[in-house]
Amino acid sequence: MNYNVNEKGYYGEFGGAFIPEMLYPNVEELRQKYLKVMAEPDFKKEFDQLLKDYVGRPSPLYFAKRLSEKYNTKIYLKREDLNHTGAHKINNTIGQILMAKRLGKTRIIAETGAGQHGVATATVCALMGLECIVYMGEIDIARQAPNVARMKMLGATVMPAKSGSRTLKDATNEAIRDWINNPVDTHYIIGSAIGPHPYPDMVTRFQSVISEEIKWQLKEQEGRENPDYVVACIGGGSNAAGTYYHFLHEENVNIIAVEAAGLGVDTGESAATSVLGKEGIIHGCKTLLMQTNDGQITEPYSISAGLDYPGVGPMHAHLCKTGRAEFMAMTDDEAMKAGLELCKLEGIIPAIESSHALAIFEQKKFNPDDVVVVSLSGRGDKDLQNYIDYFKL
Amino acid sequence: MNRINQKLQENKKLLSIYFTAGYPSLNDTVSIIQNLEASGVDMIEIGLPFSDPLADGPTIQASSTQALKNGMTTEILFNQLSDIRKSVSIPLIIMGYFNPVLQYGVEAFCKKCEEIGIDGLIIPDLPVDVYHEKYQGIFEKHGLINVFLITPQTSIERINFIDSVSKGFIYMVSSASVTGSQSGFGDDQKHYFKRIFDMGLKNPQIVGFGINNSTTFNQATEFSKGAIIGSAFIKFLNDNPVDNIQQFVKSIR
Ligand SMILES: Cc1ncc(COP(=O)(O)O)c(C=O)c1O
Repeated sequence: MNYNVNEKGYYGEFGGAFIPEMLYPNVEELRQKYLKVMAEPDFKKEFDQLLKDYVGRPSPLYFAKRLSEKYNTKIYLKREDLNHTGAHKINNTIGQILMAKRLGKTRIIAETGAGQHGVATATVCALMGLECIVYMGEIDIARQAPNVARMKMLGATVMPAKSGSRTLKDATNEAIRDWINNPVDTHYIIGSAIGPHPYPDMVTRFQSVISEEIKWQLKEQEGRENPDYVVACIGGGSNAAGTYYHFLHEENVNIIAVEAAGLGVDTGESAATSVLGKEGIIHGCKTLLMQTNDGQITEPYSISAGLDYPGVGPMHAHLCKTGRAEFMAMTDDEAMKAGLELCKLEGIIPAIESSHALAIFEQKKFNPDDVVVVSLSGRGDKDLQNYIDYFKL
Repeated sequence: MNRINQKLQENKKLLSIYFTAGYPSLNDTVSIIQNLEASGVDMIEIGLPFSDPLADGPTIQASSTQALKNGMTTEILFNQLSDIRKSVSIPLIIMGYFNPVLQYGVEAFCKKCEEIGIDGLIIPDLPVDVYHEKYQGIFEKHGLINVFLITPQTSIERINFIDSVSKGFIYMVSSASVTGSQSGFGDDQKHYFKRIFDMGLKNPQIVGFGINNSTTFNQATEFSKGAIIGSAFIKFLNDNPVDNIQQFVKSIR
């Protein structure tokens, strides 16, 4: 079984590029060039250099001793939270800004939900001196004020998405409309492993530095490259795709994907796409998505803005359908509790997204000598207000 | 012969009007269609509303959102249209996004369209390549003409491919934009209209996006077979009763 994208842009039956003709020239240019550009020695050199000196990579693979003791297994945390701007998102935006420059683009657009990807995009635009417009749902702008301020400080224009439900899905629609209206000078930096081919594959490749590092870091610490489990939370699926990438075809590595159950999978207030979703088309790709019987895309819910997306990337839809990955869903309460536990046991305040991945240990038992690597996709600074409100701190 | 092909043979510039089904009120569909035909419109695009209309500007988005709020569904639209051929004879095209069609089932959707007497479909996010590979057989079995878009950025090679797959007309998007975002055409557009005209394609072209009055209609049809009006008509419906549609059509030609 192949878990990577095929030459036509599909993961099994998922993926493809279901885009209006207006987007075709841009997406086609990217499709034809992205692999060539990424393979150029000077591209690789610049990408690696920036990841090292600017982002601060490699990110540590940290053996979480007290957490491991509590759950009687060996838990390693891949510390994407220590990256510049506080999450894995910057790996992708560094890659894409270098891509945009090589394609001769001078104007950058992006969508953002919680604001992490927006901040990561505004950051690299400042770094490269390119104009940056970030679309963000009106509701998200109100509830993520610190990240809105960060983007502005970094020189970006934050455009409120006022259509539909005024959250991430609508911000993505607005960014796509902007791209339709500006077909020549603009590059769209998508923030997750979603969208029309080649985006899911390109984003995955930029994020694959995560699993590349895990391999040699684990070899150093455990004497073997392959863990028994890799675990990551899934919004659109970019930190997960990067965490799984080099293990996809290693059969003895188990893959666990953690979605947000919100108030509970059956409550109607959830973002557990693999359970609640059906095959369909969202933002230009065929994948699993939450929708009505009539094919209208519905609004998900999670306490974590970064997991609040009604679809999953096509790679994950394929991993789910083939059974290659085990999908679990954690509620708001389970995630918040796991987040606070990490603070107390390890002195690390995780992003609420990442807390969902940590929450599996209450539900799933591992063997004492299992090596479980969890992607700690981001830090919790941005979520402080949420933690304060939730725990009445 | 399909009504679209028949209409295209008429020796005149065609006026096609888009409206969103279920807007302003859920049950306006049939009377809007009847009024448009009575006003002398040549062809109608019936918009099947979608929650996430990527290719549409604010006006059509808002009408889609309202139509869905009013309760419009694929099934309801088909029911509203079930007797439409008893009273209306001009070509009818359904325009919608691909996901609702997929959920209904592509074959079932096409079959239903045939039963009702729908002549064609416009599905902006179903690319010509995918259509050609997977769905052309199904559409054609049910006598449906699928219409593709081209834009000023579409390469000559791709225009020729689209022309080869098309069996009715080509929807020529006036400029790189979503619907409803322009006012008036400049030299760039005129060059583009002429450039496509000069290609001598086998399918006639009908221009859409940015046509909102008689001036833009005449500019758009100088080098093309016709023009499609969408957002401007939706705006008219915002402020005027369905019975006044004739007034709008008269203002165009
Ligand atoms: C810290 C963090 N983790 C995870 C995600 C979810 O995105 P993805 O599934 O693309 O990794 C986000 C998105 O904003 C995030 O900020």
